[in-house]
Amino acid sequence: MNAPFEGIGASMKRKEDLRFISGHGHYVDDINRPGQLYAYIKRSDRAHAELRGIDTAAAKASAGVVAVYTSADLTGIGGLPCGWQIHNKDGSPMAEPAHPVLASGKVRHVGDPVAVVIAETKQQAKDAAEKLVVDYKDLPAVATVTDAVKPGAAQVHEGAAGNVCYDWEIGDKGAVDAAFAKAAKTVKLDLTNNRLIPNAMEPRAAIGEYDPTTGEHTLYTTSQNPHVIRLLMGAFVLQIPEHKLRVVAPDVGGGFGSKIYHYAEEAIVTWASGKLAQPVKWAAERNESFMSDAHGRDHVSTAELALAADGTFLALRVKTLCNMGAYLSTFAPAVPTYLYATLLAGVYKTPAIYAEVKAVFTNTVPVDAYRGAGRPEASFLLERLVDVAARDTGMDRVEIRRKNFIPKDAFPYQTPVALQYDSGDYVSTLDAAMKHADWAGFPARRAAAKAKGKLRGIGMSTYLEACGIAPSKVVGSLGARAGLYEVANIRVHPTGSVTVFTGTHSHGQGHETTMAQLVSDQLGVPFSQVEVVHGDTSKIPFGMGTYGSRSLAVGGSAMVKAMDKIITKGRKIAAHLLEAAVEDVEFKDGKFTVAGTDRSKTLSEIALTAYVPHNYPIEELEPGLDETAFYDPKNFTYPGGCHVCEVEIDAETGVVSVVNFTAVDDVGRVVNPMIVEGQVQGGVAQGIGQALLENAVYDQDGQLLSGSFMDYTMPRADNLPNIKVGTETTLCTHNPLGVKGCGEVGAIGSPPAVINAVVDALSDYGVRHLDMPASPQKIWSIIQGAPRMAAE
Amino acid sequence: MPQVTLSVNGKSHTVEVEGRTLLVELLREKLGLTGTHVGCDTSQCGACVVDVNGTSVKSCTMLAMQADGAKVTTIEGLAKPDGTLHPMQEMFREHHALQCGFCTPGMVMSAIDLVNSHPEGLTEEQIRHGLEGNLCRCTGYHNIVKAIAAAWPLMHGKKMAAE
Repeated sequence: MNAPFEGIGASMKRKEDLRFISGHGHYVDDINRPGQLYAYIKRSDRAHAELRGIDTAAAKASAGVVAVYTSADLTGIGGLPCGWQIHNKDGSPMAEPAHPVLASGKVRHVGDPVAVVIAETKQQAKDAAEKLVVDYKDLPAVATVTDAVKPGAAQVHEGAAGNVCYDWEIGDKGAVDAAFAKAAKTVKLDLTNNRLIPNAMEPRAAIGEYDPTTGEHTLYTTSQNPHVIRLLMGAFVLQIPEHKLRVVAPDVGGGFGSKIYHYAEEAIVTWASGKLAQPVKWAAERNESFMSDAHGRDHVSTAELALAADGTFLALRVKTLCNMGAYLSTFAPAVPTYLYATLLAGVYKTPAIYAEVKAVFTNTVPVDAYRGAGRPEASFLLERLVDVAARDTGMDRVEIRRKNFIPKDAFPYQTPVALQYDSGDYVSTLDAAMKHADWAGFPARRAAAKAKGKLRGIGMSTYLEACGIAPSKVVGSLGARAGLYEVANIRVHPTGSVTVFTGTHSHGQGHETTMAQLVSDQLGVPFSQVEVVHGDTSKIPFGMGTYGSRSLAVGGSAMVKAMDKIITKGRKIAAHLLEAAVEDVEFKDGKFTVAGTDRSKTLSEIALTAYVPHNYPIEELEPGLDETAFYDPKNFTYPGGCHVCEVEIDAETGVVSVVNFTAVDDVGRVVNPMIVEGQVQGGVAQGIGQALLENAVYDQDGQLLSGSFMDYTMPRADNLPNIKVGTETTLCTHNPLGVKGCGEVGAIGSPPAVINAVVDALSDYGVRHLDMPASPQKIWSIIQGAPRMAAE
Repeated sequence: MPQVTLSVNGKSHTVEVEGRTLLVELLREKLGLTGTHVGCDTSQCGACVVDVNGTSVKSCTMLAMQADGAKVTTIEGLAKPDGTLHPMQEMFREHHALQCGFCTPGMVMSAIDLVNSHPEGLTEEQIRHGLEGNLCRCTGYHNIVKAIAAAWPLMHGKKMAAE
């Protein structure tokens, strides 16, 4: 009987599920250390104020309080570092103001931490924090990018004149201007990309622990990349060498980008546990998540497209203002530049592109990468602009796209904005999506809806993204302060089972399953005999973590490299045992065989020999079967596809219902179809959330109005449709697995498809564009003919 | 400090609590049952749902003292002692209805009450409406809805009316 198929392409059920469905997950807040104290962070309730003093006496005298710290106590501690440095048009570096762990001198956003209270219980810490008297002198605040760049606007940092962090450009301005000057038609669109709050369901948490007998610190934290936290916090903030600092990110309840960054609370609990020689735990309440987790998006842009008379795209010009918030978060400067403007070619062969991006500081929570990070902003801008171009020039929305697609025989394709795409077939994803969505049958559905008094619309986006982050040399030249390769250690144990130690981190993606399938496929080891370990710097050699849909494309490639080393060594051991030449030994399906004979040894036999041999070429070959490999991707990967959305609008209420959603994506080779489908569905749900429901709102004084789940509209089960997912595959040409990544496609492709459908549904009302979220109020006002409420 | 006596997953406990202690704090901090999660502070997310006397309850919205004398079942108490999973747990795994797993305990507990309270059958629309009190950020709910529909016949020992 053949063994069940468990390798690449099998929808294996997830290894991690049993502990999660039975309540035995192991999240940071589930961990309690002996003698543990509790930290509560006192946060600013002002958007911008001088911090004139904090009276801690009453808090210190409060029941159960062990310590109260303010910035004055944090002597010798560095600020939170930023991982990227962008340069201005004139070559000067961006403004990079200090980001203190606890606010010092000034507070700059609601939620800025001003003090920490540590007590025996959580409630005691919270009660004592109420007794802190903070002397603020309010300063004028600025919350939006458009206000921040106005003359006379409140200044967030002294070292950032006009609130500008950087003023950056990419592309050939001269070529674009020339193309616009002679274009038959031009189209212009102003649009915003709404600010979002990631809201992973698990709030952030951190526990610091210190062993005075060894001098070793341990930090348990809700992180997507524990080694990065160890590097940043150890080297830049607390000056703890790596061998005395262990960072553990156990089960983590979702991240979506928000748990990439090094946050103040991690440094606070690590430092305080050292000072007090007792473990210190901090766990965010959801209201703290809203005002301290990095937010996402928040762009205001103008986009212009120049077209030839036949609809061929000639040039694209984009001007974007983007919000950095009050301080630079770890990845923040890279998001609106190298993850956004470089994606403005999309799937189109537009020959000339020029983009200017101005990043500004405001008195709001720092903004950084959120699922898709820059690429959803690019796809929204481009796919809205293409629809508007079709409308303004009287062309069909589908035909204008087909006409301008990069053809499948044009790869590798060099865009005018730095990237070189390796593979893709945009016609195949478009055709498949239109077929699955029954695009051709839409007019009948629209007529049927009209008969029921509903407005029905259909829209699509044909999008592309760059992920598999990232080729180290390339990102280094773009301003990354570190390379972004990945590490895998594969240990074949003496009896043939395998442990994989990966530097990536799973917080919902199912790596324990997918990566085990990879090993099963390549080494011929049963799936049940493979264990994947992640999230602990004391076990894993190194790693850059999980974001940018990189885990399989970069981390999986590192695993392949390590397994190649295992096989190479195994062949040498097998050759010795089988008394054959190494060149004659082949490895297939878990067996080393002398070519053309039936003489073979299984991987388990080789492993046993490698560890406890009687007969081994010890002079020539090191025992053991344990290999580590580092993989630096040669290029980004370029998933893409077509999303089709169909909506129905209730004209009486303005409520939009998504009635059909079809996503057909090219994510390269698919290892576990079930998991890929789930990743796409989850991403699409976040994209529909952005398009219809979610919006982070500040008032003009910098108060966060959408600061709870009662004010910030998270997508719920009855807001969403079933999400049909299909894949069309072209392989990535530069990594050994041909994989491209699937974590972000859903959130990148879907928002413009939804808005294109909403605008289509409202075609009778003369609507040309609508900014997200397409709330009932906005739509109702349009229908009621109240143009003051309409976006345009 | 006041005392509360309650049965949790078939075991009786007497615990000292503060007047303000929430049921979820009692479960997580006093009894070490950390399968029940806290995802918000406004009774919106449903990660903390447990069964109290046969009804699903957001345990962040109930004082521990209100649970005096109650029979509480948490996610840890669903599987049989021999490890056999509850059909809802099985279907969540079968249909990939979880990713990060954080909302899952509350989602499973709510889903069981939803199915139990609809012996006549459940439409997709009813399932989606019934999940309104539980947030999931990972799955887009698609597979959760599928899992619940698949658990209904297993829990009621028959086919769904809609099938």
